[in-house]
Amino acid sequence: MPLDPLPGDSRAIPDLKLVPPGLIELFFAFAKMSLAGFGGVLVWARRAIVDQHKWMTPDEFNEAFALCHFLPGPNIVNLSVVFGARFRGIPGAIAAFLGLIGPPVVIVTTLAAIYVRYGEMPALQRTLAGISCAAVGLFLAVIFRMMLPLLKRRDPVALSLLIAVFVAIGLLRLPLTWVLLIAIPLSIAVTYALRRRSLA
Amino acid sequence: MNSPVGTLLTLAWTFSLMSLLAIGGANSTIPEMHRVAVDVQHWMTDAQFADMFAISQLSPGPNVLIVTLIGFQVAGVVGALIATLAMCGPSAILAYYVSNLLARSGHSPWPALLQSALVPLSIGLMCASGFILAQTVDRSLIAAALTIVAGAVAMFTRLNPLWMLLVGGGLGFAGLV
Repeated sequence: MPLDPLPGDSRAIPDLKLVPPGLIELFFAFAKMSLAGFGGVLVWARRAIVDQHKWMTPDEFNEAFALCHFLPGPNIVNLSVVFGARFRGIPGAIAAFLGLIGPPVVIVTTLAAIYVRYGEMPALQRTLAGISCAAVGLFLAVIFRMMLPLLKRRDPVALSLLIAVFVAIGLLRLPLTWVLLIAIPLSIAVTYALRRRSLA
Repeated sequence: MNSPVGTLLTLAWTFSLMSLLAIGGANSTIPEMHRVAVDVQHWMTDAQFADMFAISQLSPGPNVLIVTLIGFQVAGVVGALIATLAMCGPSAILAYYVSNLLARSGHSPWPALLQSALVPLSIGLMCASGFILAQTVDRSLIAAALTIVAGAVAMFTRLNPLWMLLVGGGLGFAGLV
């Protein structure tokens, strides 16, 4: 695969591939980015789809990802389905989904079987306990990074919603369904009202 | 109610619902997974739940895989597959239809509005996830210190996160955590 554009190619426009990916190509592309992604597949998905295969422009990718981020469910799984369907319809969606989820599910199921067999071993328990502590630290860092833009804006409405959800779920341990049935309509109504007011 | 089929149906129903409640991604439903798996259904202990989180973070692939581990713990390979498909299926079908709808309707103001309405809720859920996980794993001062140091290193350096997991595992193996 040539790394540099050939002479005469327009460098300004990132031209997309004209031939859409086939089913097998979709499967392997998503399997590869999934297996490369420790602690998050998004970076690898962008690299593969935009930079390596040139199946989408950066803007198209951002738009597709924004859609998958506001919809519920595992974002990157949603992305694989939306992406696969765009090129090859429902078979494409299934191929991309199976590529993304199949190989890691095999790995994780193997690890789970080992865990069920040897999970009682004190050495393994101690090791996993140490890994969990570090893993939670990494997780907290990700959350803090996501929170920064919100903290910088000092948006009182968004911050109160955030705190209310945290208290309901984290401290009071209320069922998620009931909390969201109240929080989602409330948040949409408040956001809508604020936009109307700022436009008026 | 503890028949094998009943258990599989509970798994399928629990995670299909969670799939549609996972705003901002699978990690925002960790408190609900913990509540259902440990407190309501008694599928596993607190410590086992923490172990599943650790294994899912150690494995490559999307972070929804903690669901696969929970499913396996409950009902073996079949449980793992059912839990995974239940967690991914409903939201994937929704994403498929919404993306088709938006492609046809052009630029609607609703996605942007929904997104700004859902972001604070999703981050609130993530904070609750972090809090519950920290409560579960950090049972000693040294454990808490390890969490804080790993978080700080991830925050301020570009070191590959796998190193922190390796160091944590090493300290645990040595009996220091």
